[in-house]
Amino acid sequence: MTFCINKAISFSAAALMGVSATALSAEDLEFYFPVGVNAPAVATIQELTDEWAAMNPQHTVSAIYSGNYEETTTKALTAANAGDAPQVAVLLSIDLFTLIEEDVILPISDIATSAEDKEWMAGFYPAFMKDGQFEGKTYAIPFQRSTPVFYYNKDAFRAAGLDPESPPTTWKEMIEVGKALTLKDANGNVTQWGTRIPTLGLGGAWLFGGLVVSMDDVLTTETGIEARMDTPATVASLEFLLELANEGVMAPGGNSWGDTPKAFLEGQTASIWTSTGNLAFIEKNAEFDWGVGFLPGGNGPGAPIGGGNFYIFQDTTEGEREAALDFIKFMTSPASAARWSIATGYVAPRPDTWETPEMQAYVERLPQALVALEQLPFAEREFATFQRAKVTQYLVDAIESVVTGNAEPAGALRKAQEGADSVLSEYK
Amino acid sequence: MNKRMTTAPAIIMLVIPCAILVAFTHYPAIMALINSFWNNASSRRPSRFAGTENYQAMLADDRLAQVLVNSTIYALGTVPLAIGLAIGMALLVNSRLPGTAFMRLSFFLPTMLPMIAVANIWLFFYAPGIGLASQILGIFGLPSINFLGQTETALGSMMFVAIWKEAGLFMIFYLAALQSVPTNLKDAAKLEGAGRIRVFIDVVLPLLRPTTIFVAVNALINAFRLVDHVVVMTEGGPNNASALLLYYIYEVTFRQRDFAYGATLTVLMVVLLGILAVIQFWLLNRKAHYQ
Repeated sequence: MTFCINKAISFSAAALMGVSATALSAEDLEFYFPVGVNAPAVATIQELTDEWAAMNPQHTVSAIYSGNYEETTTKALTAANAGDAPQVAVLLSIDLFTLIEEDVILPISDIATSAEDKEWMAGFYPAFMKDGQFEGKTYAIPFQRSTPVFYYNKDAFRAAGLDPESPPTTWKEMIEVGKALTLKDANGNVTQWGTRIPTLGLGGAWLFGGLVVSMDDVLTTETGIEARMDTPATVASLEFLLELANEGVMAPGGNSWGDTPKAFLEGQTASIWTSTGNLAFIEKNAEFDWGVGFLPGGNGPGAPIGGGNFYIFQDTTEGEREAALDFIKFMTSPASAARWSIATGYVAPRPDTWETPEMQAYVERLPQALVALEQLPFAEREFATFQRAKVTQYLVDAIESVVTGNAEPAGALRKAQEGADSVLSEYK
Repeated sequence: MNKRMTTAPAIIMLVIPCAILVAFTHYPAIMALINSFWNNASSRRPSRFAGTENYQAMLADDRLAQVLVNSTIYALGTVPLAIGLAIGMALLVNSRLPGTAFMRLSFFLPTMLPMIAVANIWLFFYAPGIGLASQILGIFGLPSINFLGQTETALGSMMFVAIWKEAGLFMIFYLAALQSVPTNLKDAAKLEGAGRIRVFIDVVLPLLRPTTIFVAVNALINAFRLVDHVVVMTEGGPNNASALLLYYIYEVTFRQRDFAYGATLTVLMVVLLGILAVIQFWLLNRKAHYQ
């Protein structure tokens, strides 16, 4: 369907503009993209894709929504193994090593070689570029990048006698403030929790990375073969998650990623830790006064960088690579990136985007959008290694077993480290 | 019309089903067996013969042990409960109570919905605090339960969904079986002074036995085959509390891209299902006839 519509648009656009399509090579692009947040993301991606197709009537592009991040990676890799890879896809930044090992992507720095291209690549925030680079080459272009931020209900803060303009900044404050925010009904059942940190699955592991960064450590390095799961910082981070539940500030058991924004909107919790990519969803649906702050930290502020990058696949012709690069340039251009950022809340990945009048007006209207950008200097790359899915699973199991009360932090993390080392020893 | 068929057309006719059987059943099974003796090669790890390494890894795999326990609990829990519920519903809609047409429809409705849709609906029911289940608990002054976020309740919550989904289909089989129970047998039993419960236990239930075996076989197959709701609702979590064998195979093979270990797990599953099939056929042959 999408394909037909795009084709129709590009044909009609070609007819209108009287472009002689024969002079240019005509490419059919397939573009896989995931949606990881509660936002009308599919519609925005489709609009942007259609615009590029209208501007480039010789080409066609079909934007294929492929589920959440992990499903999209699975789908793209399966298609690539079957010899039918998409030309371009937005996939998790942390899947870099998997994609390199599977030998399915091309370094974009090998395609974008002109001086103009190099200048373009240098125009992104370095923090977002770093996790797309390996062995001196740039494999990925930042698109839907984010850090988690602390969303809080200002009305709930006022009701609890707290200052709505100063959210907690440390773990200690988080627990104190959280206690004041937790409300119970006549039966002693909690009607409003102090906070909610997703602790299940990949989303849980992502936020856990932020806790570790705030304890002045990292889970991983740029080598792709190092997992630092069993350190004083990780143990302290996991103990903090347990403490939140033990102090009655956060619901015991595991918290899912997907339900977290809903729980906030429904007033089940007075604050949440979730992606800045949920900003638009919260803004649209919140029926109360809300604010955004840095994630409360252990020793200082700290957050993981997350989200998705553009990748170009290997199984492509010269012409397709050129077209794909042009498409990526369009999608990350100030005008497109501004629209994407405003529609979702993702951090626009280039400083020039923030200078557009649209973004200026947006930040004026919604100053909360600036918090993730301001937090960026305190953020580190998300956990990524070779065989990322397998290695992260050890971390996920450790976090889940502790928050569900089936293991102790130190023991669980030691076990995770052993598992990760056994996988990564093959690469050393 | 008694002309004997020559061998040639017989062979042609057999080739197509045989080719399909080989292409989609035997070839993949044999390839899985072969792959299970190799390592998981990639551009950065050369391919090599691994011998029984994958099988040794399987024996030492804590997650697999947990998954097998889960699968056993899941099968032993869902199959009898779904059958019991199906018999109950079939008796209800087979009675002369008013509104049986509506009841039949509503009991059968879950079966008609795709599992992915069902899982999404239940995801909302189970959501702590905001979900239907929590709202109902709230009416009685009970605290909300994080059904899918606790290791104690996650598997049970999945089983509940499966039973709710499956029982309607089995009800149809039982309804057909109930309607074919000869009334003269029941009348004869009543003449002998048997009460309604006695008639059910001694006359109706034995006649339902072939249906029960058929349904049990199908339910057991589904217990291994259906994992859509696991993917949608918990992704096997928390801490693998709701991971089932087929889901684990999917995760290892396609998410973690460990095709060698995935093949090893597939061999395990084929062997397990083979053993179950042998037991069931043996039961079918022994217990399903009443001449």
